[in-house]
Amino acid sequence: MTVDRMLPSDEARELMGLVGELTAKEVAPRAAGEESAGRFPREVFRTLGAAGLLGLPYPQEYGGAAQPQEVYLQVVEELAGAWLAVGLGVSVHTLSCFPVAAYGTPEQREELLPGMLGGDLLGAYCLSEPQSGSDAAALSTRAAEDSGGFLVDGVKAWITHGGVADFYTLMARTADDGARGVSCLHVPAGAAGLSAGVPERKMGMRSSPTAQVRFDGVRLPPEALVGERGEGFRIAMAALDGGRLGIAACAVGVAQAAFDVAVGYAGERRQFGSRIADFQGMSFMLADMATQIAAARALYLDAARMRDAGLPYGTKAAMAKLFATDMCMRVTTDAVQVLGGYGYVEDFPVERYMREAKVLQIVEGTNQIQRLVIGRAVTKPDPA
Amino acid sequence: MNIVVCVKQVPDTATERKLRSDDKTLDRDAADGVVNELDEYAVEEALRLKEAHGGEVTVLTMGPGRATETIRKALAMGADKAVHLSDDALHGSDALATSYAMAQTLKKIGFDLVILGSESTDARTGVLAAMLAERLGTPQLTLANKVDVDGTAIAIQRVTDYGFDKVEATLPAVVSVVEKINDPRYPSFKGIMAAKKKKVETLGIADAEIAAELVGLAGAWSEVAEFAAAPPRAAGTIVKDEGDGGTKTADFLASKKFI
Repeated sequence: MTVDRMLPSDEARELMGLVGELTAKEVAPRAAGEESAGRFPREVFRTLGAAGLLGLPYPQEYGGAAQPQEVYLQVVEELAGAWLAVGLGVSVHTLSCFPVAAYGTPEQREELLPGMLGGDLLGAYCLSEPQSGSDAAALSTRAAEDSGGFLVDGVKAWITHGGVADFYTLMARTADDGARGVSCLHVPAGAAGLSAGVPERKMGMRSSPTAQVRFDGVRLPPEALVGERGEGFRIAMAALDGGRLGIAACAVGVAQAAFDVAVGYAGERRQFGSRIADFQGMSFMLADMATQIAAARALYLDAARMRDAGLPYGTKAAMAKLFATDMCMRVTTDAVQVLGGYGYVEDFPVERYMREAKVLQIVEGTNQIQRLVIGRAVTKPDPA
Repeated sequence: MNIVVCVKQVPDTATERKLRSDDKTLDRDAADGVVNELDEYAVEEALRLKEAHGGEVTVLTMGPGRATETIRKALAMGADKAVHLSDDALHGSDALATSYAMAQTLKKIGFDLVILGSESTDARTGVLAAMLAERLGTPQLTLANKVDVDGTAIAIQRVTDYGFDKVEATLPAVVSVVEKINDPRYPSFKGIMAAKKKKVETLGIADAEIAAELVGLAGAWSEVAEFAAAPPRAAGTIVKDEGDGGTKTADFLASKKFI
């Protein structure tokens, strides 16, 4: 992938150089085989962790790299283009660290963050439940008072890294008060009573386990609470704003990867005596793909730069997630079309990209929920 | 233990490499410069020895200004500091002259152990380790796929056609390594940042007490008399299988001495 990027510092350029080397040597060559076998590449995450890529946007004093979102997200984009399960895995891990980093007490940060950001541990984020997806505030997993601490019972669903994560960032109900009754808890994977179900059999991203996570009388100390009691829903929504940018970056990466294959193929494939890229019908298709990718990248980076500047960015993050993932679905579908029959077989990666694109329109808030968020922001409340 | 790793910047083997028409030396502007791959194994081995036994790892390179990129990579991997021997007078030095210049520098900076890759991907003479050891008056332990240090005792496994030899010596010594020895680490982002703050000392020939007449094109004992571009690849041979495809393929491979 040769994308011209405007990066804010020499440091960021060096980082992208390192990411380029890692994706070329450690990530991309293994993607097709592991996806096909459905094997989780834990060692790839260890390699990325050792290189310092599992805590990029967090403060250096806790083991992060203090990189702006603008830079962190372009790293996610590059990783996702090489292998979505890895790029999205880094995004989910980074999201799982957010509550402790942003809402934890100084003691919690001191105690937990160095491990979470250090590269050895992998996180998972537990918000959705079998009956509570888009309507997240309806979640029913309960964290009851238990001699000063918590006793957790319930089932979380669609958990990326479920069963392979080292810690779970959990949203659970501490009171029957709708969104106001939700609290955020930090749960180590070894907690007694925590177990993961059989991984879902997915359409794509088969190397990244997605599973239910069951909390069966899990006892947690009072220090497990992150933020205030009842602040969980607000934390979850703030985390998701950031997570949406991660998904937008993943979508741009996958679309770019599909485009690169398509444009390469169109430049080699000859029919009727010329390269198919020289047929205007084909070149216009490629032009539209390139334009859409560039627009999606510009949109997520604009939202990221607003976040870096401390400005509200939630609506723009929703727009970026919506636009980038719908774009990714179209571009990957068109990439299959460019390759014709070759696009439909597993010998070329574009059918995988097309299967991967679909999940991005669903996770971190479906694109219908993104439209809801954007719609609410752009319309004034009915005065009647 | 004071370990010095010699690294060399070479043209990227993935790009087209050229010689200059004027003085028949490498055209460094025609290709991207990268760390000689075998030297990355040498850096890794030096770092592992340091992690096991303590001490310090110094990177030594001889080359023009842009060779600092190679130094940075080795420092980002974890080496402590670097010495860059750089002087226009060194341009065109052959293996003998290079070994003289490097040996003078090594005598100046001091070492317990010198480690380098067994050859470079550009000149591929593979003689530097032996020449350095001779000039420094130390044992040479070359083509190592395993290095063990115990106090001042050093032992290696030397790769041979029939297996390996076990070679033992006493420090100080010069070791060259092959790619089977380890799996070089990637630099970390923090390592890249930290490398910017590490000390890189640049030495000219006077600083290292190198006699100008013994180095450079004029001081070289060997000379590139003539060179020509590699001939374009000939058309391949297509073996048509008429029931004897396997035999024909085997005959072809045998004729090329592959089997």
